[in-house]
Amino acid sequence: MFDALSGKLTGILDRLKRRGALSESDVAEALREVRIALLEADVALPVVKDFIAKVRDRAVGEAVLKSVTPGQQVVKIVHDALVEMLGPAAPGLDLAASPPVVVLMLGLQGSGKTTTAGKIALRLKERERKRVLLASLDTRRPAAMEQLAILADRAGVISLPIVAGQGPVEIARRALDEARRGGFDVLVLDTAGRLAIDEALMAEVAEIAAVARPHEKLLVVDAMTGQDAVTVARAFHEKVGVTGIVMTRMDGDARGGAALSMRAITGAPIRLVGVGEKLDALEDFHPDRVAGRILGMGDVVSLVEKAAATIEAEEAEKLAAKIQKGSFDLEDFRRQLAQIARMGSLQGLLGMLPGVGRIKAQMAEAKLDDRIIKRQIAIIDSMTKAERRRPEIIKASRKRRIAAGSGTRVEDVNRLLKQFDDMTTMMKRVQKMGQKGLLRQGLGALLPGGMNLPGGGRRPF
Amino acid sequence: MALRDLFRRGPAPAAPAPPLPEEERRGFLGRLKAGLARSSARIGEGLASLFRKRRMDDAALDELEELLIAADLGAAAAKRIVDRFRIARFGEEVTDLQLREAIADEIAAILAPIAVPLVPDPARAPHVVLVVGVNGTGKTTTIAKLASLWAGQGLRPMLVAGDTFRAAAVQQLQIWGERTGCPVVAGAPGADAAGLAYDALARARAEGADVLLIDTAGRLHNKADLMAELGKIVRVIRKLDPTAPHSVLLVLDATTGQNALQQVKVFGEMVDVTGLVVTKLDGSAKGGIVVALAEACGLPVHAVGVGETAEDLRPFDPRDFARSLVGLDERADG
Repeated sequence: MFDALSGKLTGILDRLKRRGALSESDVAEALREVRIALLEADVALPVVKDFIAKVRDRAVGEAVLKSVTPGQQVVKIVHDALVEMLGPAAPGLDLAASPPVVVLMLGLQGSGKTTTAGKIALRLKERERKRVLLASLDTRRPAAMEQLAILADRAGVISLPIVAGQGPVEIARRALDEARRGGFDVLVLDTAGRLAIDEALMAEVAEIAAVARPHEKLLVVDAMTGQDAVTVARAFHEKVGVTGIVMTRMDGDARGGAALSMRAITGAPIRLVGVGEKLDALEDFHPDRVAGRILGMGDVVSLVEKAAATIEAEEAEKLAAKIQKGSFDLEDFRRQLAQIARMGSLQGLLGMLPGVGRIKAQMAEAKLDDRIIKRQIAIIDSMTKAERRRPEIIKASRKRRIAAGSGTRVEDVNRLLKQFDDMTTMMKRVQKMGQKGLLRQGLGALLPGGMNLPGGGRRPF
Repeated sequence: MALRDLFRRGPAPAAPAPPLPEEERRGFLGRLKAGLARSSARIGEGLASLFRKRRMDDAALDELEELLIAADLGAAAAKRIVDRFRIARFGEEVTDLQLREAIADEIAAILAPIAVPLVPDPARAPHVVLVVGVNGTGKTTTIAKLASLWAGQGLRPMLVAGDTFRAAAVQQLQIWGERTGCPVVAGAPGADAAGLAYDALARARAEGADVLLIDTAGRLHNKADLMAELGKIVRVIRKLDPTAPHSVLLVLDATTGQNALQQVKVFGEMVDVTGLVVTKLDGSAKGGIVVALAEACGLPVHAVGVGETAEDLRPFDPRDFARSLVGLDERADG
């Protein structure tokens, strides 16, 4: 959803990464480009300025100038500031009030209020077993009330019967009565789309809010919204008091800067995101995920980037050449292990890969931790140069010596050798791939592939 | 990534719109003024505080660039406009009014080639108009407005409720059909829009309609399967009339930011968009993206939507639009 901005920021920050140390003017230059990127991503100007100021305060100073990899540091600062601005994570709807809890949908025309109302009804019914009543106060757009009635049908919830000729405030009263009488947990009131500058309609929605006393006032915003997001957010917040934001069309390719703008202006959390036209296409909001995407360091990308930053380029080239020649030895294996150790904890590393939750759980069970890597490095360190280059000469007596030297057992030495064997086999398979692909494959093979090793519960990888 | 570079191969600029009759002009201006009042006031304030007692230096020009970006003009268009100023006016003492005039002229010049009204070709009868766009931009309402406009001119429009996906979209168009006195061709919910369009075209021919307005379901341009569906509608109606659709309108929401560029590009690739209608210009959104679009793709803007009733569709007047955008509306009639 935020891919375009991701590309932009990644490009800028890549340039930073390639420099050894950062000067203050480097930071300033980078931030100027970050600012333009954010503007192009439709983040509103005042919000951009605020963000830049925040990041500059953090970036200029010791943390960046003295750190070993300044680029990484800047990435982290920008990322953290974005997460902070977008957060909190997955707040969900606030229904902590006495039933019927009234949820009021607000927004411009075409932002997706009615569809979102249907989605919320389905979600509350399915996930929280709530009895939901849907009522449309949209007396303006033709067939809007019918639309909500159809959506209620599809969601399997009840909608307020349509009575022709009633005004929005009247309908709100009737809906409230019905919700109380019928013992509903939640009443969702859909309203007509209105422009932020339409005084009459803004007054009307304020009156509706006064009558219905909604606990949750959700501003529904299209992710494609431009700079106007500020005006809209401010107007609705001033008139009605926004308690939550729903971003719709996050399944589109809009850069989605409006999310940042709205969050900053109203201070209300982004409660949910719409990701499709079907009624179940409503998801929790994850600021870290979104910020990660903005920076282009989400999930796998982040893993690769981290690896790329840690691995020396020439080292990687040497490695690639060795594999080409088929001369990948234990010395190289040791280097790879050291790289992994440098990149941080294995658990963290795995956390960055999508879909490894299961493996992670298995690993936790197997008590796998970073000490294992250290132990393996120790095993290799206890080998002679000849042994590292030609592991096939390592027989029983050498194994005993290595185990004793590294403070491990012969089984541990065997396991390491088996693993090295598997790895060289795998390396041969990926010989055709380029250097980058190779490194990625190498890591991949170290992780889930290693889980298939025969043997007991305690596996090194 | 230089998105704008992808648009460089726009069609040749068309002739500027003929001036409007004085009466219509005032009505339009009134609405546009009202709509743009807040935004132009804000831009205006910014400019006033910026330039009244100020030299055109780098700082001033940078802030001008930001102001234009804040109006959704887009970084590229804003930069070009400011760069032209930098060359021509750097170091000059410029009054607020001069500056606004100059910017308005600059923007109007960019917009002039794309102001082309949509006139149904009587030789085509029915002139087939396919209306596309992402969700919630105002496609159905725009169709109602076009139908009302053309019906008022003595033409016989026929409407096709091609949004068979969104709940009650068909009813919405049917209500508009009643209000504007135009027949509406509708199918069952979930029916195939392409088949419906085919039947409608056959019926429009049989009944001698002048214009056939085909509504479609809103779709995000990055959903390949939904976009392919649009392509199918075009293929199927071409079985009856190989020249159809004669116009493909992309409806753009004025509140949309830079993503509009992507929308125009992707919809254009799929269905050869021939023109734009910009809706919700009566709101606080400045619609500055129109300027970016003019620079990027040069597609004509046929009309702008300035309200929710059938009459709220206006021809696109670049001069008034540009002047309103920079806060010069009070002088627009002069």
